[in-house]
Amino acid sequence: MEVTGAQALVRSLECQGVDVVFGLPGGAILPAYDPLRSSSLRHILVRHEQGAGHAAEGYAWATGRTGVCMATSGPGATNLVTALADAYMDSVPVVAITGQVPTAMIGTDAFQESDITGITAPVTKHNELVTDAERIPAAIAEAFHIASTGRPGPVLVDLPKDILQATTSWSWPPALDLPGYGVPGPADPERIAAAARLLHQARRPVLYVGGGVVKSDSHEPLRELAELAQAPVTTTLMARGAFPDTHPLALGMPGMHGTYAAVVALQECDLIVALGARFDDRVTGKLAAFAPKAKIVHADIDPAEIGKNRAPDVAIVGNLRGVLPELVVAMRTLVNGAGRARTADWLATTAGWKRAYPLRYAQESDGALKPQHVGEKLSAMTSGDAIVVAGVGQHQMHASQHYTFTKPRSWINSGGAGTMGFAVPAAMGAQIGRPGELVVAIDGDGCFQMTAQELATCAIEGLPIKVLIFNNGFLGMVRQWQELFYEERYSEVHLGTAIPDYVKLAEAYGCAGLRCEQAGDVDAVLEKALAITDVPTVVDFRTHDAEGVFPMVPAGHANDDIVLGPEFTAAEQQAAARREVIAS
Amino acid sequence: MTTHTLSVLVENKPGVLAHVAGLFSRRAFNITSLSVGPTSDERVSRMTIVVDGETTPVDQVRKQLEKLVRVLKVVELHEDAAVERELALIKVSVRPDVRAALLDIATAYSANVVDLGPETIVFEAVCSPGRLDALLGQLERHGTCEVVRTGLIAIGRGSATITDQNPAELAACA
Repeated sequence: MEVTGAQALVRSLECQGVDVVFGLPGGAILPAYDPLRSSSLRHILVRHEQGAGHAAEGYAWATGRTGVCMATSGPGATNLVTALADAYMDSVPVVAITGQVPTAMIGTDAFQESDITGITAPVTKHNELVTDAERIPAAIAEAFHIASTGRPGPVLVDLPKDILQATTSWSWPPALDLPGYGVPGPADPERIAAAARLLHQARRPVLYVGGGVVKSDSHEPLRELAELAQAPVTTTLMARGAFPDTHPLALGMPGMHGTYAAVVALQECDLIVALGARFDDRVTGKLAAFAPKAKIVHADIDPAEIGKNRAPDVAIVGNLRGVLPELVVAMRTLVNGAGRARTADWLATTAGWKRAYPLRYAQESDGALKPQHVGEKLSAMTSGDAIVVAGVGQHQMHASQHYTFTKPRSWINSGGAGTMGFAVPAAMGAQIGRPGELVVAIDGDGCFQMTAQELATCAIEGLPIKVLIFNNGFLGMVRQWQELFYEERYSEVHLGTAIPDYVKLAEAYGCAGLRCEQAGDVDAVLEKALAITDVPTVVDFRTHDAEGVFPMVPAGHANDDIVLGPEFTAAEQQAAARREVIAS
Repeated sequence: MTTHTLSVLVENKPGVLAHVAGLFSRRAFNITSLSVGPTSDERVSRMTIVVDGETTPVDQVRKQLEKLVRVLKVVELHEDAAVERELALIKVSVRPDVRAALLDIATAYSANVVDLGPETIVFEAVCSPGRLDALLGQLERHGTCEVVRTGLIAIGRGSATITDQNPAELAACA
């Protein structure tokens, strides 16, 4: 059957099971937008291509399915780059379709030409410039296969205009021609057994849980493993929700702004079982001083992560979807045969740390509003049932710390890349992927202003996301570093709280706009915001401008140097440094 | 300097060299030399990449290369188990009094004369890297004008070939 390249593209997306495409048309991609009109695909017309990219990411985070974004050549395509880089860092399955100038004009500096495959090569799992219309179905099928299998990631398919206009024959499914691409098979059973033995023998184990557990939907076997091993669990920024914060074995988040219990448990443990985590610098602090007493079991789907930062004692290459249940079986056999793991003393120690050194902040009833207070109130009011989305910075850390996560895929953020402006469009994508569920973006005022234009998209598309702006009038995390590491010499971090007027801005975009300036009003304002379900809602929380994020391990320092923060006494800080718990 | 020699089979498709070169720059891996050429299978090209083992973790290089979709296979060739050769074209200025000495050096290293002019000679030499360095050292004493080297190519000794080692790795994905 004869079709145009553009028709082949749209049919391929349909056959691939795509239900929504986030995009914005332009010259080179125009042919694709014609058959789109009569297709089953829902196209969400964004206001900026970066929004399309982050929306595709938010959709993928929330659903586990591959998100799709589309843009034209040149600046349309380059506007996707930040989102692709973000997806690459956080292993988010995204397929980006870009228009390209006609093949005969490639290399001539034609209007809206950019070498997008060259530009995105370092930030995509794979990309391809398609030069033959007949290859379109295979290129699309391969893109989805690569994006969604193994360690997920973004794939870009660049389609010259003449290829979209050319006539070709249609058939589906195409044969995949990927001789150099493979995904790890079943893990080595001996390695699984060795890992289980180490875990069973350990007196002070910690399960260091990364985003791979969420991506492989392995939260259930994770819980079984933790309970069988009686091992405390720390969930990284990528894995919040993979293990319930309410579980007695939960230590919270590790790393630069992790809880004292999580950070110090990793430093003091005799075994780390790393599951779908990559020993990122924000987790390890100074690598040479990280977890000095620990043996390492490292299970990951990406062989290149094994030994990249920390050499493991037992390496398991494989999909956690298979690895974790196998670890559970091996562990259960050991427990049944040789008795329970002997971790009671260790659990008493970590529980003592949790009690003595919790996340602490001071909300005076008539004082300035603290962002942590808003996070806690939201958590209580939604019972952990919201899908919480954040960008990067103080608001992100406060959200991660103070929202009590109990379910996987209830937390979406820009982890590795640290992309300002992620939250609003990612929330939009999450809301499309999970209609009818409560999606709440917690955003900073700096972040919000980078992609706020997608409020228009949300309003027009009927996506009732909530955006809670923690408006402290500053690029808060940068301000915090200038306070701590540049002797309070604040340089170019003050944004001001009043401009723009976020309530009016929200209303101008067809959203509801609310403001909250006092702690006593938080409940009422949140209740009002959560009750609005017909339009997106923006809440301008005027938060304390000097509130920092603590605990904190200063960049480049060993995790042993963790600073509890201003709400702890010198005696407490000194005791914490000795790993001691003092009676309060 | 310790170096590692990697033989890399890649799909013969546009952009593959850029992906490989980009990987090295992005991950701050140092390449000592890189040579690319066709193989007996027109769909496959072969790269020989020499990396600086002191500044670059070769295991990471191998694993990261294997992650590239167009890379089919990566094999490290160890010096004692491989034949390593490099081709160089060396232009040397000649005065009548040193012409004979230069030709003697060339003969000793089995270098051929491929261009003979009134003021210069171009030698073609095919040697192991160490021997080539020695030849260049000899010639430089007489004033070398210009040198162009292909970069190392290498092949494993014995009956094993790059394509029959671990054939499972080459199997197409399902």
